[in-house]
Amino acid sequence: MHFRTDRQRVQGLGTSHSGVHHWWSQRLTSIGVLILVPLFLFPFVRALGTDFETAREIYGHPFNAVVAILTFAVGFLHLQQGVQVVIEDYVHDKPVRTVMLVANVILCAAFAFTGIFAVAKIAFA
Amino acid sequence: MADVNRGNRPLSPFMIGSVYRPQITSVMSILHRITGCGVGLSAILVVWWFLAASSSPYYFDFADGLLTSWIGNLVLFLALVSLWYHFFNGIRHLIWDAGSGFALDQVRTSGIAAIVAAGVMSIVTVAIALWG
Repeated sequence: MHFRTDRQRVQGLGTSHSGVHHWWSQRLTSIGVLILVPLFLFPFVRALGTDFETAREIYGHPFNAVVAILTFAVGFLHLQQGVQVVIEDYVHDKPVRTVMLVANVILCAAFAFTGIFAVAKIAFA
Repeated sequence: MADVNRGNRPLSPFMIGSVYRPQITSVMSILHRITGCGVGLSAILVVWWFLAASSSPYYFDFADGLLTSWIGNLVLFLALVSLWYHFFNGIRHLIWDAGSGFALDQVRTSGIAAIVAAGVMSIVTVAIALWG
């Protein structure tokens, strides 16, 4: 560290080209899921294995619906960030890596919004 | 050709196997990634369950029936244990990120604490699922 000038330290922002932004963002979503996961999990395991009406009654409740929507939003963002690091670490072929990184973003976003749509449809029914 | 003049020089050893003694630190580290990916995959099943619940009673019975069949229960139980493991090991990582808990004895203690906490919360969650 002592051999580097201040300018060199910020120029290009390291191998990620974005400094610590991704790392910091991942800490924020991890705190998000830390709060959301317990709130999501307990109503969910109660709804699982019941009948159609009971499941819809549980997610017709605004608190459960909002928690489920936030969990899908923050959870899939956290998943996208985590899988991105795994791909960057293990996939060395540049074109394959790029395709996987793009697919990761698209799939995580698709599942997040599908989940949010489904919960909203139940809650607004 | 890089391999022509290699002679009989030793190759870089493949570390996983009899030469490598696993430690709680390295095993828990790779488990954090594996459980993270596993929870991500099972989250797709959860989204599917919600989609079914938003559609019709018939579709719900099909999705819910599959997720609570013996194979569905097995997959969801593994996902549950993975989720709680990733949850508590994640807290461990956040404490490290804050700059503390790096002494070897602390690393071992927190690792065992995370595993125990994950086990306890998995049992609590299953109990709620069964009788909650």
